Amino acid sequence: MEDLSLHILDIVENSIDAGSDSISIKIDEDTNTDRLTIEIDDNGKGMDAETIKKALDPFYTSKTVRRVGLGLPMFRQAALAAGGEFDIRSVPGRGTQVRAVFQHSHIDRMPLGDVSKTLLTLLMGHPEVQFSYTFRRDDCEWRFDTEEFASGDSLSTMDTLQRIRVFRQHWPKMS
Amino acid sequence: MPKLNLEDLDKISEWRRRTTMLREGAGRAKVTVHMGTCGIAAGARKIMDALLRLVEENDVKDVILTTSGCAGLCSREPMATVELVNEAPVKYVDLTEEKIGAIFREHVLGGRPVLEYALALGSERTQ
Repeated sequence: MEDLSLHILDIVENSIDAGSDSISIKIDEDTNTDRLTIEIDDNGKGMDAETIKKALDPFYTSKTVRRVGLGLPMFRQAALAAGGEFDIRSVPGRGTQVRAVFQHSHIDRMPLGDVSKTLLTLLMGHPEVQFSYTFRRDDCEWRFDTEEFASGDSLSTMDTLQRIRVFRQHWPKMS
Repeated sequence: MPKLNLEDLDKISEWRRRTTMLREGAGRAKVTVHMGTCGIAAGARKIMDALLRLVEENDVKDVILTTSGCAGLCSREPMATVELVNEAPVKYVDLTEEKIGAIFREHVLGGRPVLEYALALGSERTQ
């Protein structure tokens, strides 16, 4: 993966495969403690302790079309390579939380990349899922929630073009 | 006024059929970008982004863009599948932004599959 926003896309696709319909993505850049934290919370079917362990093994996958599952192992590796840490918490039937911490200034820390492209890609594939996104850098915070602009007209009833335009209108202008 | 021939009538009925499908929310075409780990690592989001821009620039209202997971052909990613109404889906492999641009113009808007970028042509031989 070229950047962290692509990892986020990949992990959220896992969440959706696990049946989630509400997903929260949080990015926290704390320059005082020199940490960048990414947290993805879903309300999917969750995993037991045994499955969590297996999920970090590159030769485990829940899929049948191939024999490897590299999404979580690569995300974990990206965090550990940047002096960070990685953990998964999950309650079967309730959901899963994936948390990756990076040393912000680490030379091997991947750039964040374009999170808006990740969100828009997710909205195209899964208009029925509610996504909330919080980005924090020290004292500044930006929020984006598909629930806020889906009132009345649901995203899943809009055509592709409408969905793109509504997204562009609501995406916070970050400077 | 020139006389209508059979071909014109066909065209009209085709156009009617498509606009009816459109009204019912089916769209003229569906483009699915494969968004598994392999696809994402190979650049599938760039392909999706290029398609989004093409839809916006051309003001296309009847093309559905969506995503799917890994189809098991990881070495040929990025991949996308184009389905036109009442036609067999075509899978495109080893995509780049230039290739998806050509596919969008030729196949999605023009109705002519871009065979040189497609996964396979014809069927295997049996003895």
